[in-house]
Order: sequence, then C-alpha cells, then structure tokens
Amino acid sequence: MRFVDEFRDADKAHALAAKIAELCEPGRQYKLMEVCGGHTHTIYKHGLEDYLPEAITLVHGPGCPVCVIPMGRVDDAMHLAAQPDVIMTSFGDMMRVPGSSGSFFDAKAAGTDIRMVYSPLDSLKIARKNPDKRVVFMAIGFETTAPSTAMTVLRAAAQGLDNFSIFCNHVTIIPAIKAILDSPDLRLDGFIGPGHVSTVIGCRPYEFIAADYSKPVVVAGFEPLDILQSVYMLMLQLAQGRSEVENQYARVVPWDGNVVALQAIGEVMELRPYFEWRGLGFISHSALRMRPEYSAFDAELLFSVPGVRVADPKACQCGEVLKGVLKPWECKVFGTACTPETPIGTCMVSPEGACAAYYNYGRLSRQRVKEVTRS
Amino acid sequence: MCLGIPGEVIEFLPDQPDLARVDVSGVRRVINIGLLSDDPPAPGEWVLIHVGFALSKIDEDEAAAALEFLEGIGQAYEEELAALQESRIE
Repeated sequence: MRFVDEFRDADKAHALAAKIAELCEPGRQYKLMEVCGGHTHTIYKHGLEDYLPEAITLVHGPGCPVCVIPMGRVDDAMHLAAQPDVIMTSFGDMMRVPGSSGSFFDAKAAGTDIRMVYSPLDSLKIARKNPDKRVVFMAIGFETTAPSTAMTVLRAAAQGLDNFSIFCNHVTIIPAIKAILDSPDLRLDGFIGPGHVSTVIGCRPYEFIAADYSKPVVVAGFEPLDILQSVYMLMLQLAQGRSEVENQYARVVPWDGNVVALQAIGEVMELRPYFEWRGLGFISHSALRMRPEYSAFDAELLFSVPGVRVADPKACQCGEVLKGVLKPWECKVFGTACTPETPIGTCMVSPEGACAAYYNYGRLSRQRVKEVTRS
Repeated sequence: MCLGIPGEVIEFLPDQPDLARVDVSGVRRVINIGLLSDDPPAPGEWVLIHVGFALSKIDEDEAAAALEFLEGIGQAYEEELAALQESRIE
C-alpha cells in the first residue's frame, strides 16, 4: 500500500474545505456522485474525503468503462480472438479483465494472438502489415474514446482495408446517469460531472438532470483542487436552492463539446436498442454499434459471437460498487480473494476502478474508521 | 486509456495533414489531429491526447498542471507512457 500524498496546494484545499463546511445545513446529509473513474482515482489518491465535513459523502459512479463491461462480452471477445487467422487487439486496461474462462492475458499466455495497442490506429497498422490475417479491435470506452474508433474506421474505409474490424463495446454516459437517478437504491444530491467525456459531449446533455430531477451538476477537472472546487460549487447551488449545470473545467471543456468528434461517432455508429452493463443490468439506448453502412467493419457481423449472458461470480459485488450502493471495502472479497493481482471483479482491474483505487491508496477513511470502532 | 495526456505539437507530417508529431514528457510520437479540424493546433501549441487522438487544445499552463498531476498519479501514467512509446501511428 502506498501513502496518500499531501498535495502541493493543501493550504488552498483546507481553505476551500472550510467554505464547503459553512454551506452544510445542520443535520442534513449530502451524497454527491462523481461519475468518472478518473475522479475516483484523484479522490482516493489524495484522501479528499478527509477534507470534507462528515455530512458530505462522495459516492463513486459507473464511469469506468472497463468496469462496466459484462462478463458475457469478455467471453465474446475471447471467442473472437480464438477464431482462425484472427489477431485480437486491445487497450492494456482490458487485458486483465476476467471472463468466465480467464482474461486476455491468460489466453495470450496460452498462445492466442492478442496484442496490446495504445491506439486503434496502431491496430489499423497491424491490419495493414498482416494482410493474410483478420485484425479485430476490442473497442471500449465512453464518448472519450468512441471518436477515436470512429475516425479509425473512416480511415480504414478510405484505405480500402478489408481485414480490419471492430468489436464495439462503446457505451454512453447519459443513460447510465439516468438509470442511477431512476434507481430506488440511492438518493443523490448532486453530480460531479465527468471531465474528459464532456470534452466530447459538452455540458448540454446534463441539463435534464438539473431540469427534470432538480439536481445540480458541475463538470470537473481532475486535480484535487478541481474536485474540491466542484464540491463547493455543488454545495453552493444546494444552499441557494438552485439546480443548474455548471462547468468548473471550462479551461478544457467547451460548453458544446467537440462537434467534429460527435459527427464522427454519428457517421460510423448508432445506438443499440439496449446493452447490458455490469451491475446496472440492461439499459436501453446506452451503447453504440456500427451503422449498417459500416457493417464490413463490424466484428459482431463478420464472425459469429456467442452473445451468452454470464452471471458475475457470486462473491463479486462490483454491481453494487458501480451503482454507488456499496463502498469498495464493504465487498466481501475486497482485498482478500480480490486484489489487483488476482481480480475477481472489474472494479479491481482498472486503475480507475473504485476498488483498485481504494486498494492502491488504501487507508482508513473516516467511514471505515467509524465501522472499525463500532465493531 | 482514460487518461488525457498533454503533448506539444512539434510538426505536421508531410502529405498527411491529419497527423502530427507531438512531444509527451520527452517521448515523440505521431498522433491524429483530425478531431481538431475546426481549429487545428499550430506547432508549439499543446493538445490533450486520448488513445492517439488530440481531443482538445489546451494552453501551456494547463498542460503543465495536467502533466504535474499525471506524474503524481504514478503507475497509471507510466503505463500510458509505456503504451505510447510502443505506438507507431502512420
């Protein structure tokens, strides 16, 4: 375990924390969800919860794209990788995600041709260099990475490549947030909106959260002070009875997003009628697939994919963690049977996963201290 | 994969207008800048890069702050840089 770093601007953080504390209504409890796994990482790394008054709880949301991939899709990917002449390519984050018969790393060790790539464009290059092979790119991620996949497909089409395809697992953030808002398990007071996703989609898609659910949203940057500043902005809205979408990360996120990126996604991909999310179940119109015009690049059509739904291991409670209902350490196998070296669930695999972040920067947070002293 | 990493645009590739060579923490690699075609960056400007694509332009101060933050988070950034080092986009 590593020690949590005191960061450079700790003084500013304490000053912000004092202003946040002043905004707490006596006797009221606040639950704020950070949607993005990158934010979760920062919060644990810098022990930000300890700067906040006890009345405020930060709840970790479903914004880790590796974590929300259901086991059945991992099995489908393994099946694709095992087809004759296939080279499967994938981001490194995906390599250790367990399917029902092991991970990409396990399959690679057993001789399956699975290669880690930095970019889908690297995958495209592998296809060009191996004309006698069929190269499949395991596409994962929210709107942050979907434009890259779309641009790569457009490039493949322009170059007339016929041995390159996409196993498309791109998901969209808004339906997941809506599913959480509609879930009876959790009552939230506001959202720390994802930073990088919003670079693409902008801030407007969150307006329904403020308008229809009367909850404030603040799109936030990734540094510790960004997050504390966003908590302050949320608390100020709550204190003043406002619910609006605000942009704390305007230095990077344009209000309207990246129009070229949105056009690229729309050109190549369309919404699926429904998609299974680990922990959240089936959510309608929550994921992307290739448009019929680009079916020549759709691995799901080029190969037969089993598409079998696989239940998570019984001991694993990633679903509850992803919904923010359980804290990582409340899971029965956290840190014992399930560790970053031998993950059972996806939340322990990705560095953005709440469990891995908590494990790596583990310390007795105030909730844990309370529990330990109670028991 | 989820990390946005800042890179300084060094030069455009001849005959490939949507590709540029960038410098990320001393690592020079080629990335795609097609998603910024509305407002392309000039050499010397900074961009935030996701999986080989520049997703937004940022100023130098933001780049420095983002870099300091990434260097602070350690392993995840080291892995991203190692992956970038293997990358040969063309």
